[in-house]
Amino acid sequence: MSDFTNDLWSVYIAVITVVSIVACLVLLKAMTTRKMAPGEKAAVMGHVWDETLEEFNNPLPRWWMWLFYLTVFFSVAYLVIYPGFGSFAGTSKWSSKGQFEAEQAAAQARFGPLYEKYMAMDVKAVAADSQAREMGQRLFLNHCSQCHASDARGGLGYPNLADKDWLYGGDPEQIKASIRLGRQGVMPALAAVLGETGTKDVAHYVLSLSDGTHDSLRSARGAPLFAANCAACHGPDGKGNPTLGAPNLTDSVWLYGGGESAIIETLAKGRNGQMPVWGPILGEAKSHLLAAYVYGLSAR
Amino acid sequence: MNDRSPQPATAGVQEESLYEIRKKIYPRAVSGRFAAARWGFVWLTQIVFYGLPWLMWNDRQAMLFDLVNRKFYILGLVLWPQDIVYLTVLLIISAYSLFLFTAVAGRVWCGYACPQTVYTEIFLWIERKVEGERGARMKLDQGATTVRKVRLKLIKHGLWIALALWTGFTFVGYFTPIRTLGGEVVAGMLGPWETFWILFYGFATYGNAGWMREQVCKYMCPYARFQGVMFDPDTLIITYDQGRGEPRGARNRTVNAKAKGLGDCVDCGICVQVCPTGIDIRKGLQYECIGCGACVDGCNQVMDKMGYGRGLIRYSTENAVKKHYTEKQVVTHMLRPRILIYTGLLLVIIAVGAYSLSARVPVKVNVLRDRGNVSHDASAVEVENVYRLKIMNTEERDHHFRITVSGLKGLRMEIENQPISVGPASNRVVPVRLRAVRASGETGSNLIRFEVESLEPSARGTPIRISEKAKFIIP
Repeated sequence: MSDFTNDLWSVYIAVITVVSIVACLVLLKAMTTRKMAPGEKAAVMGHVWDETLEEFNNPLPRWWMWLFYLTVFFSVAYLVIYPGFGSFAGTSKWSSKGQFEAEQAAAQARFGPLYEKYMAMDVKAVAADSQAREMGQRLFLNHCSQCHASDARGGLGYPNLADKDWLYGGDPEQIKASIRLGRQGVMPALAAVLGETGTKDVAHYVLSLSDGTHDSLRSARGAPLFAANCAACHGPDGKGNPTLGAPNLTDSVWLYGGGESAIIETLAKGRNGQMPVWGPILGEAKSHLLAAYVYGLSAR
Repeated sequence: MNDRSPQPATAGVQEESLYEIRKKIYPRAVSGRFAAARWGFVWLTQIVFYGLPWLMWNDRQAMLFDLVNRKFYILGLVLWPQDIVYLTVLLIISAYSLFLFTAVAGRVWCGYACPQTVYTEIFLWIERKVEGERGARMKLDQGATTVRKVRLKLIKHGLWIALALWTGFTFVGYFTPIRTLGGEVVAGMLGPWETFWILFYGFATYGNAGWMREQVCKYMCPYARFQGVMFDPDTLIITYDQGRGEPRGARNRTVNAKAKGLGDCVDCGICVQVCPTGIDIRKGLQYECIGCGACVDGCNQVMDKMGYGRGLIRYSTENAVKKHYTEKQVVTHMLRPRILIYTGLLLVIIAVGAYSLSARVPVKVNVLRDRGNVSHDASAVEVENVYRLKIMNTEERDHHFRITVSGLKGLRMEIENQPISVGPASNRVVPVRLRAVRASGETGSNLIRFEVESLEPSARGTPIRISEKAKFIIP
């Protein structure tokens, strides 16, 4: 990247800018003819069209020339006030980032008091507030619904937030942590460890945990494999571990599908679930409101 | 174009500069039928313009174009950006009216109702009150700079600027509640855009009505230039009756003009002096003529004094003057196909616009499918699709909506507690989940309909029911 931050390029741009402006001035000066004396007649260029139509060499209108000079003045003034002249930041120190931050600060000042009221309240209390719920819903539709769907029920690979089942825990604090800090759910690929038969056996054992249709012979063979390879995260009884985000395998909730083939795919290829880090984007107050909204979805 | 080789300039060609420095026009005051009509329009338009923003409708300004919140309040009506079609209808009506009026009576808009004419008339009135009549004004401008001259000019411009600023303030008052705006002005807390627009609109008023005047009509206004194509020989224009007036000449009241071989024109020059665009109507129809009728009023007064019949300069048509039509014949010639077609079209557009406005449903619904997850299995046999319904209530009263859906057999809807309440002039997004048995439709997209019904009638008392199409996707 040093190529692009080298001072040479700043000088290069600055030189081109100066040369262009000076060249414009020179051209303008060259095109500015003297004012005609009173009664003086403009020369005829000698072209004749349609019998009588002739071309006169009248000087350019002064006001028009002045407009061009004005553009030169404008460009110089612009380069002094705003960034544009090489790496010179301009006297106003304007930047798009600065403007964005100023607008954010203005919005913060405007809406801050509204959020502060809820910041002082407990998540459970906020969840019971109808105005907060409306605000939370708008935030949710803007930021979360792309993955978790407008009704918050998620889809394949995206957890349902409206039920009582939680990967990382459903307490207000845990929900807020999921929003602010994000989550990374990793199911390793076990195809190489288990082998084809082993994968199928474990899949049937997993199905048996939730009373799904399974082959009891395969499931019996899968039990020790599960204990050796899966229990570390999902627990010996398969009830999962919210600290790791390891799902409970004994219920009927399946993030990536609960059929035999889906489970085999999960086992063989692994899964990577990612909840992005929203804290820096949303800020403390909006995270708080969203946590309350999400909490309220299943608490209702 | 002829591509001949350059030739030396033809000898003896008269060269003329095409640029002419403006000669200031000092219109003389005039009274009469048409001047009174113009003042009538001045009063009418300005009472409406300056007065309207101060009117209240229930708890809000009756006329307010709230650009920030994108809501346009017109008396009892609240228009949203989705209603832009009514602006189109309004513009079409304005355009057709202009065509119609111009074809019938020439530039009556220019002469009586155009803001340029109206404000020039007001500014001229101020000028006349401060500096005096035409002669006095000319003398003042030509005379040396005296204390009196400076004082009069200061007073005049002070009054002009005050009026212009009030105009700018009123203009902005259509976009920001004018009472709040007034408070901001008094407290010196105007926002930057409000300040800019008040000053800009004020400056435009001051510049156009005080300084530019007829130059706006002659050089800047496009309508002035294309109105010529809307004229025909039966269009009412201001005409000078050449046959009756010529040969013109000054004479004493007691002299028998006929015996001296003179026409009715006494060549007093009043028609030129009263003209706001500084033309001589006796040269015939000119593009500068804004059809204001000042010369008609001026000439009629002179004719009365001379004891001649009125109407040496009058509203008449090209054909009428040439073929000596009676007034009745002029009126009959107004009912020509062109006028009838314009009138017919105008009436149709007004009727359609009025009907559509009266039948306008004050609630709008947008259905948006969730894109991240088009469709998913709800159970072994059922499929689920998720939608957002955006319900926009444009009325200034609460509405409660009940949503139903149809289109597939056994289609079930899961939604938050119905009815859904939407506050006055606001909108609400409602997530909706639909569930259907896979076998109930075809693989791919299936047409369904959301019916949104308000439990309350509209402000006009009509029931509100909207049907929106949507797609249900079965993978």
